[in-house]
Amino acid sequence: MRVVRLSSEIDFDGWRTAARRLRAEGVAPDAVLWTVEADLFEAAPVETPSPAAGAFTVPPAFVDLARSVVLHRSGERFSLLYRLLWRLEREPRLIENPADPDMARARDMQKAVARAIHKMHAFVRFRLVETEPETYAAWFEPAHRVTEAAAPFFARRFTNMTWTILTPDACVAWDGQTLKVSEGADPADAPSEDAQEELWRTYYASIFNPARLNERMMRQEMPKRYWRNLPEARLIPELVETAQARAAAMVAATPSPPPDRVLKAALRHARDGAYNGDLPTSLDEVAAAAQVCRRCALWRDATQAVPGQGAAHAPLMFVGEQPGDQEDLAGLPFVGPAGQVFEAALKEAGVPRDRTFVTNAVKHFKHEPRGKRRIHKTPDRGEVTACRWWLDAERRLVRPRVIVALGATAALAVTGKAAPVGESRGRPLQLPDQGGGQAQLVVTYHPSFLLRLPDADARERARAEFVGDLRLAGELAKLID
Amino acid sequence: MAVLDIRRKLAILADAAKYDASCASSGGEKRDSVGGKGVGSTEGMGICHAYAPDGRCISLLKILLTNFCIYDCAYCINRVSSNTPRARFSVKEVVDLTLNFYKRNYIEGLFLSSGVIQSGDYTMEEMVRIAKSLRLDHDFRGYIHLKLIPEASPELAAEAGLYADRVSINIELPRDDSLKSLAPEKDVGDIKRAMGRMRLAIDERAEPARKAPRKTFARSQSTQLIVGADAASDGDILARSASLYGAYRLSRVYYSAFSPIPDASRRLPSSRPPLLREHRLYQADWLMRFYGFAQPEIIGEGEDLDLSVDPKTAWALRNRDRFPVDVNTADRETLLRVPGLGAKAVDRILAARRQARLTMDDLRRVGAVVKRAQAFVVAEGWTPGAATDGQHLKARLVEPAQLSLF
Repeated sequence: MRVVRLSSEIDFDGWRTAARRLRAEGVAPDAVLWTVEADLFEAAPVETPSPAAGAFTVPPAFVDLARSVVLHRSGERFSLLYRLLWRLEREPRLIENPADPDMARARDMQKAVARAIHKMHAFVRFRLVETEPETYAAWFEPAHRVTEAAAPFFARRFTNMTWTILTPDACVAWDGQTLKVSEGADPADAPSEDAQEELWRTYYASIFNPARLNERMMRQEMPKRYWRNLPEARLIPELVETAQARAAAMVAATPSPPPDRVLKAALRHARDGAYNGDLPTSLDEVAAAAQVCRRCALWRDATQAVPGQGAAHAPLMFVGEQPGDQEDLAGLPFVGPAGQVFEAALKEAGVPRDRTFVTNAVKHFKHEPRGKRRIHKTPDRGEVTACRWWLDAERRLVRPRVIVALGATAALAVTGKAAPVGESRGRPLQLPDQGGGQAQLVVTYHPSFLLRLPDADARERARAEFVGDLRLAGELAKLID
Repeated sequence: MAVLDIRRKLAILADAAKYDASCASSGGEKRDSVGGKGVGSTEGMGICHAYAPDGRCISLLKILLTNFCIYDCAYCINRVSSNTPRARFSVKEVVDLTLNFYKRNYIEGLFLSSGVIQSGDYTMEEMVRIAKSLRLDHDFRGYIHLKLIPEASPELAAEAGLYADRVSINIELPRDDSLKSLAPEKDVGDIKRAMGRMRLAIDERAEPARKAPRKTFARSQSTQLIVGADAASDGDILARSASLYGAYRLSRVYYSAFSPIPDASRRLPSSRPPLLREHRLYQADWLMRFYGFAQPEIIGEGEDLDLSVDPKTAWALRNRDRFPVDVNTADRETLLRVPGLGAKAVDRILAARRQARLTMDDLRRVGAVVKRAQAFVVAEGWTPGAATDGQHLKARLVEPAQLSLF
């Protein structure tokens, strides 16, 4: 039997040095006793860690695992780790097997240590011990020997404070520059109560909702072992005991009538009713009224109606299909990817955008949620028909000489008839007078159609046709010579 | 009006804030106070500094600036017509309280909300002043969550984003028609437009392609839906969530069981909060976000979730033809749909089965809930036989009622 004495309960380096030597010498795990105590096993020859000659490698994940398992309070931690190291020689992929019993045990210990560190970050309560300079101290009892491991977090968070954390295992002190570790302290060294604790307890009691009492959940996350060092925990028994009665009283109590003054103020703030359906007489009115439109169900999942935008009496009007994701969020037409294609083509055709009016056949974004994205869906005939009311209002108010329908949905909205773009594009068509004066129609592709064409040649051809159609419309509207 | 001391104000304004379920302090950018003048850090994962006896995490100092409010939302304790005691903090009081609590390691930061006083803009301005003072005057680097007032100007909302890690706007009621009757002054359009603008602002600032040094800006936004204050079904609620996640990239939708409030409105039923229903909604929400389920698979609009089993088990019971699944061969997507297998257990199964064929004992060791999974899986030395199609399978999977949930 070999007996190895380590220099402290968390002496990872000592364990590593000794374990390396033992494995190199072929000493089996059940032939090693690990100890920290000085006076045990006096009968057996005790050795302290000394380096071995040869070297071997282990996966880095094992070193990380061992570093945290060493901090566990379990007495078997050193021998479990040596057993894993021993087995790694014959089973190099052991570390990747979460189902192995030794690995599962080590992983549980690693998890318990990580949890103890996390809980220490959470449950340390500093007390002000000196005001000049501002100095804080805390007494804490960690579940495992994690004081040194948990300390850097406090140094990063409270860099510009002076503080000390005392625990039975070790003490750490921060002076604004360096962390100093010293021996464990006694509960009698704990700092005395801080005046803010009364306020903190007030907060704790007030944020608790007695109608939702769930003691089991509280104890699971804030185990009772931590309570004696938490100033707020002394309120728990009473809060728990009175909760049911408080909740029952709230349910039973009849509401008291509000004061008159208050009712009058509330009435003053009541909003106007929804849109009443009269014909809008200005573009601003169209924009405001479309927000409360309920002519179809698309408003429900959309952010807002996206009305047309542009010169009030533009000679040229572009009608797209519907707002997309970006347009829906911004409340403006043609600002997304298709809008950029459109903008570039317009420039190439020489049509000044600020003298045109840009709108959509359907004013709300039709889509389907798919995780964190929204997938575009083509509006159906019913939705296009319902929304023509708004497009007609815009046509009546803008009175354009030329309308460009971008895509089949737009053509349907402008003419009321469905027709494939390929058959009608590239030439001026006459529109019947709808009270907005004589207007000509040019049908062309929707810019997102260009984005979707997979073949580069076809895309370039379609783009050239698109620019040509825009130029034709600009000429008809006398915006370009 | 009598002058209230800070302790009384804190009692009133924390009590008024407790119906907001959100307390998360996660997802902020990584930073600490090294090289700064003040205190504070955020390291990605949030920390719960205490737990109240309701089992809820206390991570942030969650308070209202004031509980005076000009609105009359029926479900809210702070509505204008409630006779609850009123109070208002000054900017300095909130700043001092936050720093004093933070330095003693009670909290991760501040979650500030408010009743609407005078106007949306006025209220938002006061809230922004607090965040600004913490960040600029005190170099505070802890977490700040600001509630946006939907009708406040877009410029103020954008300024809030400069100082906050997260912003949120509560929709509260899953159905727009109930929003109209229970919160007559709230305009769902205002809320959605404000969320839309915020998503564009967050997206724009998060673009990695931007060359200019990125000014820090809020990383995420969230919202809350109240469960049980109106007639919305679970299906309605989840459909609303699915739409919100897609439209505004919310990091979370919180579900808050409607809780009886002191001096409740007559427009609402007085009853105990449906906590189990809230729990099932969170489970269903998780399935949508991390387990690849689409909302219609979990539940249709107008329908309610089965309270007796979790929604994944309910789905498996409805789709028994897809089971049993062989844990030694099935792909990740399929394993994620097995009751009793969480995302972590699935990852471990995928790692462990590269070395050996897995038995039921192995499944237990990788963290699977074997009792729940056994009727739905095949493993080395295990087949469920007729159990998958057994008539009484559901009865065996029903969780015993927990006494603490009522």
